[in-house]
Amino acid sequence: MNISEYKDVLVFIEQRDGKIEKVSKELVCKGREIANTLGSKCKGALLIDEVNDDLNELFHWGLDELYVVKHKSLGEFMTEPYAKAVTHICKEHKPEVVFFGATSIGRDLAPRVSSRMDTGLTADCTSLAVDEETNNLMMTRPAFGGNIMATIICPEHRPQMTTIRPGVMAMLNKDESRKALITEVEVPFTNADSNIEILEVVKHGHEQVKIEDASVLISAGRGIGGPDKLNLLGDLASKLNGEVSSSRAVVDAGWTNKAQQVGQTGTTVRPDLYFACGISGAIQHLAGMEESEFIVAINKDETAPIFDTADLSIVGDLNAVIPELIKILPNREK
Amino acid sequence: MNIVVCIKQVPDTNEVKLDPKTGTLIRDGVPSIINPDDKAGLEAALVLKDRFDAKVTVLTMGPPQADKALREALAMGADDAILLTDRAFAGADTWATSMTLAAAIRKIDYDLIIAGRQAIDGDTAQVGPQIAEKLELPQVSYVKELDRDGDHLFITREFEDRMHKIKLKMPCLITTLAELNEPRYMSVAGIMDAYREKEVTTWTRADIVIDDAALGLKGSPTRVKKSFTKAVKAPGKKYDVDAAQAAQIILDNLKEKYII
Repeated sequence: MNISEYKDVLVFIEQRDGKIEKVSKELVCKGREIANTLGSKCKGALLIDEVNDDLNELFHWGLDELYVVKHKSLGEFMTEPYAKAVTHICKEHKPEVVFFGATSIGRDLAPRVSSRMDTGLTADCTSLAVDEETNNLMMTRPAFGGNIMATIICPEHRPQMTTIRPGVMAMLNKDESRKALITEVEVPFTNADSNIEILEVVKHGHEQVKIEDASVLISAGRGIGGPDKLNLLGDLASKLNGEVSSSRAVVDAGWTNKAQQVGQTGTTVRPDLYFACGISGAIQHLAGMEESEFIVAINKDETAPIFDTADLSIVGDLNAVIPELIKILPNREK
Repeated sequence: MNIVVCIKQVPDTNEVKLDPKTGTLIRDGVPSIINPDDKAGLEAALVLKDRFDAKVTVLTMGPPQADKALREALAMGADDAILLTDRAFAGADTWATSMTLAAAIRKIDYDLIIAGRQAIDGDTAQVGPQIAEKLELPQVSYVKELDRDGDHLFITREFEDRMHKIKLKMPCLITTLAELNEPRYMSVAGIMDAYREKEVTTWTRADIVIDDAALGLKGSPTRVKKSFTKAVKAPGKKYDVDAAQAAQIILDNLKEKYII
């Protein structure tokens, strides 16, 4: 393999129902930064049926060029047509680095593409840097439930591929003067590529908020005592213009749903305020929230590990403290 | 119907505790378990066996101690167990692991391959799809419901914001979520069988057809450059006061941080 043939950063731009996912914009921002360091370009690959969004924003966040593959089989995600299209672009344009969001789609697709390209893949990266001596991408990810961090390199194979967790790359340096450059790419699909048949798509209701997008999270642990206490947390959340999330234990108990789960096997969040209510602080949970700007923890157990991570620790009964807090909090502006 | 279930023996990370001083993991005495997503995959295979008289083969790549995980699978009701073990396999990343497992699976009759979505120690979710790629099979990840009719599977797959109901033809590979089912317990008779009647077949480097360049650490495109524990953050202030005072302290802090 002639490594020097490979250049530029390629970001897989994820869409659902024709709309660009936020994680892809985060990845474009990071891709822009890495491309600047490498002195190369940041490009995107969008696989889509019908565009239903303003693609210019991707360029404002730093994209130089967007490859668009338009085909009827690319509306709802199916592994094979997607893998074929991304592999086609990788073979044609030989990117040095490829980013995928660590979403259900990215984590299904990226292993398939990397395997087809016979290159390495790092999962669930939370930070990225370029090695000054070798120009290798240094991909850092949590392992072992989130406590050990490992920096992975892929020195002798290209592209260097990684999935990146939603919500961890900051969105910076928007420039609305940047111009769009869209290149349509033809991929020779055959009927055999649609090797699964999607009989039905069942969308979860809109009541399911994306906790990774919330700036304030009121998070429930088993220590809240029961599902009836979620109303109290909901009241606090609405006072602070936030959303309710939870630990895995609370999801497992059926009190909240999976989309609300913070942690290693749930969602990584970094809100301005993370309010941990009755959460003991297992390392898998901490891995998903410790980057939050300000962490308040309330727990009856003064030895709860969450207190080692919290910026403000209250030893006490949340059923007493939260109503008091709701009482004195100013009403939020509408 | 022949089903191959890929399982991994993992340390039970829920049992792992942190050393509060150094921030490092205390691994001593941590039990090894069958990875939860894989165990759900095994249960799904056993349900198909109960209904359609399938033959279930469990496969793992790992050190000789992984025999215990295979015996547990046999005691739950699996028919055959294969332990893929050799020093040459050690240090493999997901690419090399999937190459090795795919080479082993080529020697087995299969209609369906089941792998857990991801292992709780590595959390990569890569090996299942990579095996499917190497065997040129269709794959469906994150299976939370599963049914079979003839040579087709009917699957519900879970994404963040939606579910797909899918029909696909075997042979194929699926990855399963722990939410798919409640794995059965080993029966006493099953445990007796697992150690007395049934065998764990061991395959080494010599038993599979694969290029040496694809094996173990040397065959792995990725390398761990370094690993480290996160810096232990200095804890913030802790208050043990009455509820009204506590509420006031929180309010003052939120104002100070411009959150309200």
